[in-house]
Amino acid sequence: MSIRIDAENCAGCGRCVEACPGNLLKVGVDGKAFIRQERDCWGCASCLKECPFGAIQYYLGADIGGRGAVLSVKKEKSVLCWQVTDAHQNCQEILVDSREANRY
Amino acid sequence: MQTEQKTTSKKLATNVLSTEILIIGGGTAGCYAAYILGQRSDYHVLIVEKANIRRSGCLAAGVNALNAYITDGHTPQDYVDYAKRDAYGIAREDLLLSMSGRLNEVTAELERLGLVIQKNEDGSYAARGWRNIKINGENIKPLLAKAASAQPNVTVLNHINITDYLLEDGTVRGAYGFDVNAPVFYEIHAKAVLIATGGASGLYRPNNPGFSRHKLWYPPFNTGAGYAMGILAGAEMTTFEMRFIALRCKDTIAPVGTIAQGISASQWNAREEEYEDRYDRTTSGRLYGTVMENREGRGPCFLKTAGISKEQETDLYKAYLNMAPSQTLKWLEDECGPSGKNVEIEGTEPYIVGGHTASGYWVDENRQTTLRGLFAAGDVAGGCPQKYVTGALAEAEIAAEAMMRYFSEDAYKIRTNARVFRALNNTTAAEGQERSKQQEQDTVACSNAYRNFSFENLSEDSCEKKQEYEAYLSKSHTVIDIDQAEEAMQAIMDQYAGGIRTDYRYNETGLREADRRIRLLQEEIPSLRAETMYDLLRIYELRERLVVCRTLLAHMAARKETRWHGFAENTDYPRTDPQFETYVNSRYRDGQIEIIYRDIKTGEEREKP
Repeated sequence: MSIRIDAENCAGCGRCVEACPGNLLKVGVDGKAFIRQERDCWGCASCLKECPFGAIQYYLGADIGGRGAVLSVKKEKSVLCWQVTDAHQNCQEILVDSREANRY
Repeated sequence: MQTEQKTTSKKLATNVLSTEILIIGGGTAGCYAAYILGQRSDYHVLIVEKANIRRSGCLAAGVNALNAYITDGHTPQDYVDYAKRDAYGIAREDLLLSMSGRLNEVTAELERLGLVIQKNEDGSYAARGWRNIKINGENIKPLLAKAASAQPNVTVLNHINITDYLLEDGTVRGAYGFDVNAPVFYEIHAKAVLIATGGASGLYRPNNPGFSRHKLWYPPFNTGAGYAMGILAGAEMTTFEMRFIALRCKDTIAPVGTIAQGISASQWNAREEEYEDRYDRTTSGRLYGTVMENREGRGPCFLKTAGISKEQETDLYKAYLNMAPSQTLKWLEDECGPSGKNVEIEGTEPYIVGGHTASGYWVDENRQTTLRGLFAAGDVAGGCPQKYVTGALAEAEIAAEAMMRYFSEDAYKIRTNARVFRALNNTTAAEGQERSKQQEQDTVACSNAYRNFSFENLSEDSCEKKQEYEAYLSKSHTVIDIDQAEEAMQAIMDQYAGGIRTDYRYNETGLREADRRIRLLQEEIPSLRAETMYDLLRIYELRERLVVCRTLLAHMAARKETRWHGFAENTDYPRTDPQFETYVNSRYRDGQIEIIYRDIKTGEEREKP
């Protein structure tokens, strides 16, 4: 699993660089963030949650069952709005309110 | 695709810093220690972190339970007894008890810092078992990072990687490192050092060594740096042979506890038999059962979830998004969630991690290591298994209090250094001057900014370290690259030292072969080439892992029994031997790893069993 950064939506703010626990992200000379090596990603999703522009997408490698779906997230106040879009562009949304504790 | 620009400078600028307390690693324990030191003292504290403390360490993705908490009707001693039983006797009761007694207090502090904890109607915390509680811990690390950074006497240096301690007459007086993004060498002086770099992952070939090679249970960025620095400086280490192997959801390596405990799902084999009762009900026993069911042809193994309600399924999706989003994505990719299909489980590759098993620095009750001036907390500290998040916080608090006492000892005086050091910033320098006269004399003059330090002001050790870094950057070619060397190490450990490939089994002949091959790889390190500062980071991470591997191999060979079925199967000695109810410790000296056996009750050195 790894991430993709959509250069069109990336503003080069560097929030993802701060968020990555592995030093994997950098803002390039073109002012866009990039990942040094996709396969070095741990999959913690920190960068997705920190990106104010929703420019980062998360996906599973084919070796662990990835089939083209991507996960993205937007934060609206205390709610994390997770979105899964599969390879056929079918979209599903899951809302998680950070003020509520999980039941498990 | 963009790639990183090569570092054009082969020479490093020098930054010399001075502080009172240096914390190496701004993860769970490091941040909490800084927070405590901020709340209760005005010592200058410097956290040096190789990534950024906001999300670095084990808690990056979040957690959804605190696994070490004393619920009503239980006592800290119950937790000690549980952890000791789970470790089959090889755990320090003194450390466990001092940790357990603080679990609830640090939990309350976490809540004050903003952590959301699920409550019962009466306001008590909602438990998931007798020793854990349910939380929304997606943001637990940002909360800790914020608490640490908010302290006026705490300075954070992000993206600086520490590789070695700065030693003076056997006392730890600081550390050496470099900037991960810029060609700058760091020499940091401190009066006391807290090591909090976490445990070691990536020693063994992972479950999916291709594209998903970093889909690990433990952060792939926790390389055992703190262990390696301690080993190389001659610190005594304990119980490395008690490796931790996690039982996880297949492929995503996501936690199983949320399903197993959250919805009381049991472990089933391919014949739809519940198999847990056939094995010990311990952490290693649950793994061992799964390994054995597979080996005897009754795999794959599952957590029985099929038949749960759609509502439970949605709750599981949310719970996993809060800590392991790959699992939710996997369920959706499969077009079949846990209500329709049981969740397959597997064992990971082995890790060295003092927060789960007992591997790490041999410490006293104050979490002081055998090196003067060096304290340890969290996964890097040994002897105290099952500490998890709250236990790491408790240890951080114990170490912080001990460091404060260490400063007040009359016998302790920092030697005034004639060299000029750069201040961390003007505020800390100004604050420093307001201190007592004695401290003023002790605190090295720190007023001028010396970014480009001239060589003549650096000590011999410091020059050597800087030149060592520069040598990697100056190489024009390399025979093997860093990736290849890392894969070679993982393959050696997997094959000969009880990795996934052998169902965690090994013998003495294999361990000797592993050590021979790891030593050959170590000889290759000076030939590696760094084109960027990030490459330099990866070379040092590899160096750290190889050092940890050698100590691990020596420990495994020294324990001539099999005590933790699942975690380690010594095929030369397949049974538990009561004679080995002893600590296996080690110390590195003159290139050799000496094994020290210590009495399980007194901790005194004893003869070889």
